[in-house]
Amino acid sequence: MSSEGGRILSTKPEVVRLEGVWAQYDGVPALEDINLSICEQDFIGIIGPNGGGKTTLLKVLLGLIQPTRGEVLIFGGSPKEGRQFIGYVPQHAEFDRAFPINVWDVAMMGRLGRRGLLRRYDEDDKRVVADVLRRVDMFQFKDRQIGQLSGGERQRVYVARALAGELKILLLDEPTASVDTRVVGSIYEVLEELNSRVTIVLVSHDIGIVSSYVKTIACLNRRLIYHASKEITAEMLEAAYQCPVDLIAHGMPHRVLDLHPAEEAEG
Amino acid sequence: MIEVLQLEFMQRAVLAGVLVSVACGIVGTYVVVNRFVFVSGAIAHAAYGGIGLGYFLGISPVIGAIVFSVAAALAMGVVQRKTRERADTIIGMMWAIGMAVGIILIDLTPGYAADLMSYLFGSILTVPWADLLVMLVLDAVIIVLVLAFYKELLAISFDETYASTANVRVEAIHLLLLCLVALTVVMLMRVVGLILVIALLTMPAAISARFTSNLKMMMAISVVLGVLFTSLGLLGSYVLDVTSGATIILTSAAAFLLATAYRAIVGWRFRSGRTPARP
Repeated sequence: MSSEGGRILSTKPEVVRLEGVWAQYDGVPALEDINLSICEQDFIGIIGPNGGGKTTLLKVLLGLIQPTRGEVLIFGGSPKEGRQFIGYVPQHAEFDRAFPINVWDVAMMGRLGRRGLLRRYDEDDKRVVADVLRRVDMFQFKDRQIGQLSGGERQRVYVARALAGELKILLLDEPTASVDTRVVGSIYEVLEELNSRVTIVLVSHDIGIVSSYVKTIACLNRRLIYHASKEITAEMLEAAYQCPVDLIAHGMPHRVLDLHPAEEAEG
Repeated sequence: MIEVLQLEFMQRAVLAGVLVSVACGIVGTYVVVNRFVFVSGAIAHAAYGGIGLGYFLGISPVIGAIVFSVAAALAMGVVQRKTRERADTIIGMMWAIGMAVGIILIDLTPGYAADLMSYLFGSILTVPWADLLVMLVLDAVIIVLVLAFYKELLAISFDETYASTANVRVEAIHLLLLCLVALTVVMLMRVVGLILVIALLTMPAAISARFTSNLKMMMAISVVLGVLFTSLGLLGSYVLDVTSGATIILTSAAAFLLATAYRAIVGWRFRSGRTPARP
């Protein structure tokens, strides 16, 4: 685990900046006055309840949702320009298992942004895709139909697809939501390894898992509370969850809070 | 039996079946994987309004149908994207309105529109050479467009959100796909009639989806199946002296049932002989 503190990281160049961002999702206010600065090689876990605006925040960063107020800067430009440097691993819970596509072709989609219209994928693309599939340990499954994979394997394919775009920032939406607990660790190991080159932002409603891998934690429930550190303060939890903390710990009340002093000692 | 193929109208019919199968196999694959079946039905029926318009203005009904179905496809594409909920209601309304417009326009046209039933139920046995040429051109257009935009079409079909983050013009590609459906529908109308369009767009693709997990293979198998079904259907209708369009559909339906039964048996043997598949 990284021994760096959150504040040391913040001296690195800034890659994402949100200033006073408000956004709606289907007409319902989802984000209120979000201010956030993300720097190179950050690994931020954003936690918060379902419906707290986590996915909306990622979509704002990707330029898929236009904020009603405020400014979003990716590498100093608009999200539509900046998103060519962003890899996105969507939640993808409602995907069509029968869709006729194999692992290789899904990962190849990561090269879409690099190849313009009317251009076919070339040898270069194939080399990159083979490389990223090996990196997430999925190359041996390249001919497998995507619906035949387990949840964890599929997530790793989506990570590979995101990586194939030669990105600088990786956004993950509930990367372990439909994944067997045994393989959650292997996904995070891939992410930790990537973090040496790539800035990672992941959102999850599962505090327990997130807090053991990320460098810093933010809480989001329409409003964002972030101190660029790994500390989860009572103030954050209260603001994010408005009290029912044991809801998050999945039947293990206070697991999160019990972890907390140990982490403080470590950092 | 071989003397059937020496009849000139039969040769034209078989050729029409082949040309239609190419379009159906390719476009039908996208229709099936994108769940566009209902939209395709609506486009087909809206095209009927164009046939009415063609008669009313005294121009070729096929041209009227092309204009109407492409316009309907674009309108439905916009409706699907702008109003996420209840899009099917509006599409259902367009379905009915298109047909009603067609009927009224034909009522208002002086003279007897004898050809009308052939658009509803198809007339593969009387397809003129000129129509075959139009079909050939449409096939070429479909193949060129699908080759040119293959990776974008695959991306929006599989994962639209991801496609937009890769800066694919999702809306434009989506509309392009609906226009391809519209063009195919107009072609199909001549062969099996618009009532039965949905069957030829869906059944070959639905069968091939059971045997491959590759989109290109799915298209290829669908085309071959389409040729097989139209040819067998034509032969059956000749031998039994029954309507050709309906025979083609029932041939496809029988093949679909056989394929489903085959997969069920194979799947059952696979499961009973091995440990259960992973969740």
